Amino acid sequence: MPTAGRSTLDADAAAATEAAGAGDPSRGEEAPAREPSSPASTAVARRGPDLRRHLPGLETDRRLTDWGRSERVEGLVDRTLVDFLYRYWFRCEVEGIENVPATGGALLVSNHAGALPPDAAMVAKALREEHPYARPLNIKVEHFFKGYPGLSMLLPKLGCVAAHPANVHRLLYDEEALVLVFPEGQKGTRKLYKDRYRLRRFGRGGFVASAVRAGVPIVPVCVMGAEEAAPIFAHLRLLERLTGLLYFPLTPTFPDFGLTRMAGYLPAKFRIRFLEPIELDISPDDRGAVHTAAESVRARIQENLFEMVGERDSIWLG
Amino acid sequence: MPSRRVLITGLSTYWGGRLAEALEGSDELETIIGVDSRDPTRELERTEFVRVGTQHSLLRRIVEAAEIDTVVDTRLIVDSVATSAARAHENNVIGTMNILAACGGPNSSVRKLVFKSSAHYYGCHQDDPAFFTEDMERPHPPRTPLERDILEAEAAVADFAEKNPDVSVTILRFANVLGSSVKTSHTALFDLPAVPMVLGFDPRYQFVHEDDVVGALEHVLNQSLPGVFNVAADGVLALTEVIDLLGKRIAPVLPPWGTGLAAAALRRAGVVISPEMLTQLRFGRGLDNRLLKATGFRYRYTTRETVLKLAEHMRLAPILRGAAAPYRYEREVEEFLRRSPNVRRSGRRPPERADGHGVLPERTGEAHAADRGDGSAELGGASAGYEDLEAGELAVLLGSLETDDLIALREHERTAHRRPDVLAAIDDALGRAEPAGPDEP
Repeated sequence: MPTAGRSTLDADAAAATEAAGAGDPSRGEEAPAREPSSPASTAVARRGPDLRRHLPGLETDRRLTDWGRSERVEGLVDRTLVDFLYRYWFRCEVEGIENVPATGGALLVSNHAGALPPDAAMVAKALREEHPYARPLNIKVEHFFKGYPGLSMLLPKLGCVAAHPANVHRLLYDEEALVLVFPEGQKGTRKLYKDRYRLRRFGRGGFVASAVRAGVPIVPVCVMGAEEAAPIFAHLRLLERLTGLLYFPLTPTFPDFGLTRMAGYLPAKFRIRFLEPIELDISPDDRGAVHTAAESVRARIQENLFEMVGERDSIWLG
Repeated sequence: MPSRRVLITGLSTYWGGRLAEALEGSDELETIIGVDSRDPTRELERTEFVRVGTQHSLLRRIVEAAEIDTVVDTRLIVDSVATSAARAHENNVIGTMNILAACGGPNSSVRKLVFKSSAHYYGCHQDDPAFFTEDMERPHPPRTPLERDILEAEAAVADFAEKNPDVSVTILRFANVLGSSVKTSHTALFDLPAVPMVLGFDPRYQFVHEDDVVGALEHVLNQSLPGVFNVAADGVLALTEVIDLLGKRIAPVLPPWGTGLAAAALRRAGVVISPEMLTQLRFGRGLDNRLLKATGFRYRYTTRETVLKLAEHMRLAPILRGAAAPYRYEREVEEFLRRSPNVRRSGRRPPERADGHGVLPERTGEAHAADRGDGSAELGGASAGYEDLEAGELAVLLGSLETDDLIALREHERTAHRRPDVLAAIDDALGRAEPAGPDEP
């Protein structure tokens, strides 16, 4: 009885789907297979490719996207602060922009540095300025920021997305967008000036698994200059605990010149290099292969960084 | 297997009533029975109301006697402002267990169970994904009694689904509902001249329109869709966007630290913010609604349109206040309207429904035949008791039917039984009715 019941249910569901114009009978076969009690072993939903067409449509009257990104706020910051930093303060130079695909999702992986890291904004700006399609970039940030008043309001409006594997998957796979990740995380930004340009551990390779699962290439990105723009000389643990921040650094301008001066960057010369995309053909569940791939991405970024720093004559003039 | 005989638990909740109302128009359904411990709040025509609590022995008897094949549970309390925690627990956990016990068992007639749950299942946390999919579990254990209850109830339903593999169990997790006639703690908040927010937070909000809630319940009733489905309108808005659409002002009066204390102070002032809402005002929540859309369901409103609808209603509310008298359930009056042969039903009903459905609730056996005999029998009987009638008995009844009903009956006879003598009798009756028809000047 149950099997007979199932098959008619399938037919029902498929017929209804077709009648309603969704037109994908395979969906009907999948739906009954889902058990309500199925435990979610992985955070990333594994669904059929057909769900992509059911993404909500664009509402033209809205100023925000479903992620909370605001074109208005982003444009305002972009035209003023970011534009100034990009053109005149850091004098960004960009190489290999053609390595960022013009269509489809791609995972950009970069090194991370600076007390209040300016690298993410510069990479996003480089894409807007230099890329023929001026593709918007989604920046993966720690969950911490969602819980910190003020930042939780501002960061999503600028295109920052909390670093949940499901978020990255939806952006890469369903929405075919560009995502920038910093696998070093805050280990990269909190490292002291004496450790500059020495990449930290690349997490547990979660970014590789995300890219493989979504079937998108990885584009390694090397950013030179962020280390010198906002160097950290020491950490003040007591103040870190009192403010509840990720870290409380001692930089050339912070804290002695006040809170806002955390963004007081030194005018280091920036160079951003996009490396050739890496297509991976491994299983996302194969931990060993994922880890090896993550290590090789890290090694390529590290090599190129050393090369770029070696070619540099002056920190300030490039 | 389409549903034929439906039992709605929580008939007197807003959703139960709305669903019953919607189902009454369906030709497929033979029987709609609603149970609740309170009087129904909506005027229902063919739904039979039985007042019971959630004691499972009584429910079991109703399920067995009426051979219910589909149970829709709309009774879950998802707003902790609505009632006390103890009563919510009694209703949400104990009530669910009783209903499941009444549905289960080796020789139960129930083949489908639809359970209305809530997105509170997922909670709101700092490390949430931006869009919850159905296969995700909440990242942290529940914090409030209501969330605990919802999790417990869903676990019981999931357990039931596992133990009864031949029952198709559908769980719908609804986002926050907005609409003109539903009162939630969110609509209460939006009714204020300035909407309180947590300073420094702009949470993402997703709503679902009340019509879409009923639509979704109906959709899963008409199909077989075992599993869990999120029900939330397209589009996730920031709270500031919502407030802007409503034309209200933003009042970031809740401090980011010590929010609970400030909420307690606000409660003194008459602004009640439930503990679930406090986390939602901070972190927000988004649901992935694509799984249900893939089954063919279409939302009538996006989240933005839902909010705009509410804004429209809020502008009209002061003008319409007190205009529509609330429906009052009086058992004797309802009984009279449903059963008395003196009630002219065809006149009362909207014309589009006059073709196939009796006002009379379906019953079996003698009671049914007795109704046939009183001359007021209508075509609703055609689905169940009609077959039992002999051609001769039918011929007697035909005289009392209206022309429209006769035509419908002829259609039914021609497709279902093709008894030549009955067809001839109907044609005869039609011929007699024609001269006095509407053609007369």
